[in-house]
Amino acid sequence: MTTETAPEVASIDNRPTPDTYEPGLGQLAQPLVGRAIELIWREGQLLDDKKYEEWQTLYTADGKYIIPVDPDTDDFDSSLNMVYDDARMRHMRVTRLVQGYSMSAVAAARTSRTIARFTVEDLAEDTVTLRSAQVLVGFKRDKFQVLGADLTHRIRFEGDDARIELKVIRLVNSDAAVNASGFLL
Amino acid sequence: MSSQTSEGSGSFAGLAADDRVAAQLYTDPEIFDWEMEKIFYSTWVWVAHESEIPEAGSFKMSHIGLQPVIVNRDRKGNFNVLLNRCRHRGASVCEVPKGKANGFTCPYHSWSYSLEGNLRGIPYPDGYEGVAEKKDLPLQRLRVESYNGLIFATFKTDIEPLSDFLGDAKIWIDRFMKQGAGYPVKVQGEHKFRFDGNWKIQLENTTDGYHFPIVHRSWMASVDAETADMLSFMTDEMAVTHALGNGHSVAVMVPDHVDLEDDDGTEELQERFRHIIDELSETMPQDQVRRIIRSMHGAGYNLNLFPNLSLSMSFFRVLRPISVNETEIQHMALGLDGGPESVNRERLRIHEHFQGPFGFGTSDDSEAWDRVQRGAVANPEMPILVNRGLGREETVDEGWKTSHVTDETGMRESYAMWKRMMGNDN
Repeated sequence: MTTETAPEVASIDNRPTPDTYEPGLGQLAQPLVGRAIELIWREGQLLDDKKYEEWQTLYTADGKYIIPVDPDTDDFDSSLNMVYDDARMRHMRVTRLVQGYSMSAVAAARTSRTIARFTVEDLAEDTVTLRSAQVLVGFKRDKFQVLGADLTHRIRFEGDDARIELKVIRLVNSDAAVNASGFLL
Repeated sequence: MSSQTSEGSGSFAGLAADDRVAAQLYTDPEIFDWEMEKIFYSTWVWVAHESEIPEAGSFKMSHIGLQPVIVNRDRKGNFNVLLNRCRHRGASVCEVPKGKANGFTCPYHSWSYSLEGNLRGIPYPDGYEGVAEKKDLPLQRLRVESYNGLIFATFKTDIEPLSDFLGDAKIWIDRFMKQGAGYPVKVQGEHKFRFDGNWKIQLENTTDGYHFPIVHRSWMASVDAETADMLSFMTDEMAVTHALGNGHSVAVMVPDHVDLEDDDGTEELQERFRHIIDELSETMPQDQVRRIIRSMHGAGYNLNLFPNLSLSMSFFRVLRPISVNETEIQHMALGLDGGPESVNRERLRIHEHFQGPFGFGTSDDSEAWDRVQRGAVANPEMPILVNRGLGREETVDEGWKTSHVTDETGMRESYAMWKRMMGNDN
């Protein structure tokens, strides 16, 4: 049995030539994109501060907030999700989190989240869709918790106003055990 | 009720009395190890629902106690439960949670096994000439039996048939499946989470009506008045818990929905489902629309099957012990196989509202169970009380010990079985 030398191995490449990749750079400089990122960071701060009543005003009236289980689906309607909130459910969720009857919300971890790795998925006249990575660190009763997620935000602009029309939080462990928590992602 | 753990397995039974158990049952790792042997590896444990493995070659990964298994349906339609462990050097042969396959091949040295677990192929077999025969090295197969779509397995070849183990719980399983309203019940999706506590804390909770308005106050405040009324069982005398034997019990929370086929027509359908009622009424007769809508919240009870499954109103609760102080829970949402899409979607939304790590109910349950584990280490010899309602417990015609749904009859039944199994010399 013969063995190829390193240069011989390097010379073997029977893979198909990859399609040209267009990274679509330069869009972060667009004014709407900068405003969208600012809104997303503002949202993260409100969530870490647990200012849920202010937080829900960031959403459009038909805005959706979704934490899916299935990592691949976009058909949230027909799938089981961890959270699938329209304005009505979001409002009830906020009430629950702030009214003091929920023992998990009362005892919720302190959190700090970092949102980075922004890419522009779509840029239209009044709408920006961004993807990003979120690392959330929580701390409760001597234990740290780390939750990693891929975020998609669709932000709608009307003049000076910007609101979240869609937020999809794809946890890296969405289809495995996700520990019950009293806070929002 | 002192610690007797050093004296051997049989003496653990002394830690459980009729009305109380030592908190060591939540905290002692040695007890946990014996529970795996004497309970999880010695009785029927639920591993899958038929709808999760619908076709020939369908499989899912599951667990019996700490041991990983594969559950599959073979070409003859039989269910197989195989230890997920190659006979060569012990690697798991499957790490895909669910799917379809012709068999399982170990990634380490490519030993390949059929759906039935038979060893089909060994690469470069000459090294085994005169050393090993393929027929002697199948994946370890467990004994499998199913009842009304529920698939159970056991390591024991000599214990009673599943049907006898379930006993009177079968009546309640049959009633539970009626929520399909003429369609087979199917698993639509699942939530999974872990809590920092012993598995029996969750086992107890399934028939604990007492905690409901307290722990779930925020959920009650968020649902429509009709749904809140439906679950206002605290002072309803018809809301009872029955001990069914072999550790099984049932907590009836909505007495009118015990048998969903039993409908005198007086119950008003919930207005929250108006859009579905209107849609279904265009093509379906009224009595079938009523069947489906009355079944939307599932059966009116939680059936606790010892040791790891509960049929809880409209979902399956599966518990999996991880260690003495960690437990994984699955909440499987149920739907109507082949039923109207709008109904299945609505059932998913109901499930999301209460269940799962961000549900309005589960997150508070989980917090309560964590707190039990944290508190129980304070003098673990101090008893956990399961005596609520002992003074008003009666035996009904069926022979079931029965008390109010807020009483601890179900927990007493679980611990009586625990005591029996932990005292067994098997």
